[in-house]
Amino acid sequence: MKKTRRDFIKISAVGSGGLALGLSTIKIANASDGENGLFKSSHARPVLQNRYPTYCEVCFWKCAAWTYTDDNGEIVKIIGNDEDPHCEGRLCPRGTGGVGMYHDEDRLKKPLIRVEKDGKQEFREASWEEALDLVAGKLNKLKEEHGAESLALFSHGSGGKMMSHLVKAFGTTSIAAPSFAQCRGPREVGFAATFGETVLSPERTDIRDTRCLVLIGSHIGENMHNGQVQEMSDAIDKGATIITVDPRFSTAASKSQYWLPIKPATDMALLLAWIHVIIYEGLYDKDYIEKYAYGLDQLKQHVKNMTPEWAYGITTIEPDVIRKTAHEMAAASPAVIIHPGRHVTWYGDDTQRSRAIAILNALLGSWGRRGGFYNPEKVNLPDYPSPGYPKPKRTWKDAFPGQYKLVDEVLSTGICYSSIPNPDMEFNIKAWMVYGTNLLASLPEQEKTIEAIQNLDFLVVIDTMPMEITGYADVILPECTYLERYDILRASPHREPYLALRMPAVKPKYDSKPNWWIAKELGSRLGLEDYFKWENIEEYLDWQLKKVGSSLEEMKKIGIKKFPREYEDLYALNGEDFEFNTNTGKIELYSTELASEGFDPLPKYTHHREPDPGYYRLNYGRAPMHTFSRTANNPNLTDLMDENNVWVNPKVASIWGLKNDQYVYLKNQDGVVTSFPVKIRITERIRWDSVYMVHGFGHADKKLTRAYGKGASDSEMITNVKIDPVMGGTGMRENFVTFITELEKKEDRS
Amino acid sequence: MRYAMAIDTKKCVGCSDCVVACQTENNVPVGYCRDWVVESVAGSYPQLEIEIRSERCNHCDNAPCVRCCPTGASHIVDGGVVLVDPVKCIGCGACIEACPYDARYSHPDGHVDKCTFCIHRVEKGQDPACVSVCPTNCMYFGDLDNPNSDVSKALATRKYKVLAPEAGTKPQVYYLV
Amino acid sequence: MNEELIISGRMNPGIDPYLHVWHWPIPTYLFLGGLAAGILFFSGLYYILGKEKQLPTAVKWASFLAAPALVVGLFFLFIDLTHKLYFWQLYTTIRLTSPMSWGAWTLMFITPLAFIWSATYLRELVPKWDWKLKILWNFEALAIKYRTPIAWVIMLLAVILGIYTGILLSAFNARPLWNTSLLGPLFLTSGLSAGAATIMWMSKDHAERSLFSKIDLILIGVELFFIIHLFMGFLASTEVQIQAAQLFLGGEFTVSFWVFVIIMGLIFPALLEVLELRGFKVPVFIPAGLILFGGLMLRFIMVEAGQLTRYLY
Ligand SMILES: Nc1nc2c(c(=O)[nH]1)N[C@H]1C(S)=C(S)[C@@H](COP(=O)(O)OP(=O)(O)OC[C@H]3O[C@@H](n4cnc5c(=O)[nH]c(N)nc54)[C@H](O)[C@@H]3O)O[C@H]1N2
Ligand SMILES: Nc1nc2c(c(=O)[nH]1)N[C@H]1C(S)=C(S)[C@@H](COP(=O)(O)OP(=O)(O)OC[C@H]3O[C@@H](n4cnc5c(=O)[nH]c(N)nc54)[C@H](O)[C@@H]3O)O[C@H]1N2
Ligand code: SF4
Ligand code: SF4
Ligand code: SF4
Ligand code: SF4
Ligand code: SF4
Ligand SMILES: [Mo]
Repeated sequence: MKKTRRDFIKISAVGSGGLALGLSTIKIANASDGENGLFKSSHARPVLQNRYPTYCEVCFWKCAAWTYTDDNGEIVKIIGNDEDPHCEGRLCPRGTGGVGMYHDEDRLKKPLIRVEKDGKQEFREASWEEALDLVAGKLNKLKEEHGAESLALFSHGSGGKMMSHLVKAFGTTSIAAPSFAQCRGPREVGFAATFGETVLSPERTDIRDTRCLVLIGSHIGENMHNGQVQEMSDAIDKGATIITVDPRFSTAASKSQYWLPIKPATDMALLLAWIHVIIYEGLYDKDYIEKYAYGLDQLKQHVKNMTPEWAYGITTIEPDVIRKTAHEMAAASPAVIIHPGRHVTWYGDDTQRSRAIAILNALLGSWGRRGGFYNPEKVNLPDYPSPGYPKPKRTWKDAFPGQYKLVDEVLSTGICYSSIPNPDMEFNIKAWMVYGTNLLASLPEQEKTIEAIQNLDFLVVIDTMPMEITGYADVILPECTYLERYDILRASPHREPYLALRMPAVKPKYDSKPNWWIAKELGSRLGLEDYFKWENIEEYLDWQLKKVGSSLEEMKKIGIKKFPREYEDLYALNGEDFEFNTNTGKIELYSTELASEGFDPLPKYTHHREPDPGYYRLNYGRAPMHTFSRTANNPNLTDLMDENNVWVNPKVASIWGLKNDQYVYLKNQDGVVTSFPVKIRITERIRWDSVYMVHGFGHADKKLTRAYGKGASDSEMITNVKIDPVMGGTGMRENFVTFITELEKKEDRS
Repeated sequence: MRYAMAIDTKKCVGCSDCVVACQTENNVPVGYCRDWVVESVAGSYPQLEIEIRSERCNHCDNAPCVRCCPTGASHIVDGGVVLVDPVKCIGCGACIEACPYDARYSHPDGHVDKCTFCIHRVEKGQDPACVSVCPTNCMYFGDLDNPNSDVSKALATRKYKVLAPEAGTKPQVYYLV
Repeated sequence: MNEELIISGRMNPGIDPYLHVWHWPIPTYLFLGGLAAGILFFSGLYYILGKEKQLPTAVKWASFLAAPALVVGLFFLFIDLTHKLYFWQLYTTIRLTSPMSWGAWTLMFITPLAFIWSATYLRELVPKWDWKLKILWNFEALAIKYRTPIAWVIMLLAVILGIYTGILLSAFNARPLWNTSLLGPLFLTSGLSAGAATIMWMSKDHAERSLFSKIDLILIGVELFFIIHLFMGFLASTEVQIQAAQLFLGGEFTVSFWVFVIIMGLIFPALLEVLELRGFKVPVFIPAGLILFGGLMLRFIMVEAGQLTRYLY
């Protein structure tokens, strides 16, 4: 296979096909304008005619909902399904604004194939037939030349299941999502090392019934994971104590009785000091610890000197506040939650921080108790009969001999590194299939991602939008949005097992297709028909549903169905015997597993780098009305927020002479400058040693007409990554930025 | 009957779901809105407070927008709900100037538009769209004359305020503080 | 530091980031309405006082400007409506609480009356004029016969119209700058002054000119008095009104207001008129033009600035 340098194709390089595409959209837009303006008064409220069950795909909380169509059969509204515990009938703004995903006129419309014309690379439109043939041809060749294992799948979202099935059948297990190594990974590994079980999604936190909720950075309310937001609000109503540890005055902090404005990167010291107080003041749940835990003595010895006074010097949190908050937690115990967080890849010692959080929860006896962590159950759906997967000769871990033994998910960055040719690396990835993840926005170290991509033999991207990643693809396959397709059933773990159905409310717009169809079509072209024995997904779903005592017909009517729990163990640890899935069969305060792998068995505080003079720590997070980069072009949601801004403390603003709404560029410690300028917001909500921005903006693809050039990309600034030695997570919060005005930037570049 | 709304500023997180929900329920064109969210930050780091308010027409008891309307397009219906009749409205803008809360806007079709308290839903026994969607459940709607309505109960148990009381409009959207 | 911001991205056109619903046609409309009111007031007044002969410009000729000014003014109102095709809805109801309704109805009556009034003098202006139709001839005769009652009605309506141009704004409690009962009298005075200036400008008769020069001087004095009290009132009032006054006392409108309205529109023409009365030769179009200009600017600035002021909460 010939190596092609894979350039990012900008709009200017889109061929005549693209132009024709543009024209046809203009026509469509005019037609609908006319209809509204002339024939139908546009102030008319939509008439809700039909409703179809779905579950939301704007983020990964997957709230069950109803898609409503009007008398013209157009999608007009999405409303939460009242029966769904993920949303209780109330979607978050992104779910409500999900209609914009469907209506977005910038969507991918036809399969696109990269071609070279007059020395310039561009995309041309192709039929599905041609595009799928091409992809299958490339994959078959890849298998022949390098083995099936040299294909990796990146996927995020519901459709990933079908794609995984396809590539597993093809012969690879290198299937990664940025939601592990850039997100939950450390907490899952840290909690597994402690309790033998992970936190899962939705988190098994019993916030609804808690009496004390401790948020370490988790910015619930901005982080709009629906169930948590709702339960936190319930907890506020019921008078629960909320303690928020965040260097920024987050929305959650503003709802809390205690806000601990911690110095960034020092949470570990606070956690250890809390553990110290809880142990040395005898506030821990003695029966619980005695019965279930292993390693109290070692822990006690370990935290002996980690007093609140010690932590004060590190965290700047007053010792009496540390004590008082520890007492609050103990008073609420076991109905207390030290929230494990979700996006926890911060400073590289994140598994250990998650361990400290897990240990604190264990001491307070909250794991497996009401108001703490419940024991979730999910519906066990049988797999549709198909042959077993071939066993790959190599897996991604072969690229990292001896490392990451505690990890059972695949590292996205690991795949990325092993795609860059390296004589020292045994194992090389040669082709990527990317489904529903915009790696340029979600992986740190953009340069490495691009280098990896440029060394690939082949890259196929399946997406709904012309996001940055599509600009690097050899073939782009346009998927229809979640509102236009069936998908696999949602069977998430929860207090009670539920199933939710997603079905199309309308036919796919343009020439887009659902993931199951793409997987099946590719499967048959790859000689994997046996893995796709169902005619269509309705047959597949109906088969599965009938196995668990429902049917597609029933689910179409109700959308969501509750099943009885198999075990009566929602809150199991009230003195009953229990064997934890750890080496000792107990909650491991002292981790034998980490010890045997050569890691600290007890979490230690390590000092992290601080900003140089004139630089500010880059802090980032969520805005409630957006999901990462995926909603940045959604017409309804950009209406609420169309660009991010960079928060600076008034003191910093006055040093730099910055004004509100002034545009600046940011430059990081490695000299990387943001592609686009970003607006200043001067606010007391951020410390003077940090700046803050919402992740997901600063899109570089002009085909995203609303998002292009709006705001700055935090990902671009994250060039320094602190790899978590335990699980390979990418700590992203050790990056520092400074401001440059437009003029200076021009000089910089010339 | 007196419809009113109470919004708990202690629970509202400013997510703006109420704004999108209104948009899709009432076909408010993209680029316009009948409700909006204000964040008010006071103090200096780390002694800070935030009040977040979802705002809309207050359906004032003493509504200057209705008084100043030359055509009767702005009118009050049962329950004290202030409405605009789009085919009576000439778009003179007087009511927009008259509203101390900037709650009205000129619809691209020419007439003036604003929050209707979702009277079309309320008549069917439903909550207004924004209330029904709010993920923090921080909005309460109902009849003030009925002591058992959500809004009456909220106002009976909590401290509250209205916006710009000195404007004399007697607003009927209350903020629980 | 306190921060207050809309976080849901509201950008309703004409409302955000600051109110701008009424554009230039509205102050122009208010100015033309005020001007016509001024002219018609003097017409009616001096007719009733039996000064038709001594003050022909005031009673007869100026009214030929008033009627078209009203029509043009109404047209400006019309072009600022955003739902123009429904214009007629104004005349399907009378809304006693709505100044806009008052204004519309006042104009509905005063405009035809102004036309009739000038029509009764048309043959004096154009001696060869022929009404062609019998009915028109009869109508003219009838109108001439009833000039006195018409004059009374016109005078009354002119006062209502003049005050209305101010009340239209001052009825808006929501805009602190407009929220003062002085605006009605101020705009009435300014309208009368504009009317007087126009008559002065048009008049060929020295006595008539100096009469209106004197009237104008008095009106300018009254106007300045109102303006001083306006600011004193604001500064003694609530935070929002103090802020409103600040727009003119160091704020955005300081230069335009003090230079264009006060100096060029009031003080300077007043000085010129004093000189003129003392016997200096001053071309009459200068003070008259400046007064008209000042009157127009006053309304422009009040409408623009008023929309910037709002309640804080
Ligand atoms: N609206 C919306 N909601 C979402 C998402 C979305 O895209 N949009 N994404 C979802 C996903 S996948 C995830 S993983 C979650 C992520 O949501 P969280 O798990 O809540 O993410 P964090 O990175 O913990 O949250 C960022 C917060 O951490 C604070 N922080 C920064 N540095 C430090 C520090 O050193 N110490 C402490 N204590 N705090 C610090 C920041 O100030 C900020 O308030 O959100 C989920 N919810
Ligand atoms: N700098 C920085 N990086 C981060 C984070 C951060 O806060 N800052 N957060 C991290 C976290 S917590 C996570 S979980 C990851 C998330 O990272 P990603 O999962 O990559 O999230 P998105 O950037 O939203 O990418 C979603 C992609 O899916 C596409 N898509 C949306 N719907 C569909 C669909 O129905 N079908 C298909 N085929 N495609 C669809 C979108 O168009 C978009 O291209 O990012 C991580 N990376
Ligand atoms: S939390 Fe919001 S975006 Fe996520 S699935 Fe639920 S409604 Fe959709
Ligand atoms: S939906 Fe509820 S929580 Fe969100 S901004 Fe509106 S009122 Fe606040
Ligand atoms: S809030 Fe404004 S629009 Fe609503 S009733 Fe009051 S004055 Fe009228
Ligand atoms: S814009 Fe319409 S509703 Fe408002 S005052 Fe004028 S006619 Fe009445
Ligand atoms: S009550 Fe209805 S119209 Fe008013 S803001 Fe809420 S959703 Fe919009
Ligand atoms: Mo995540």
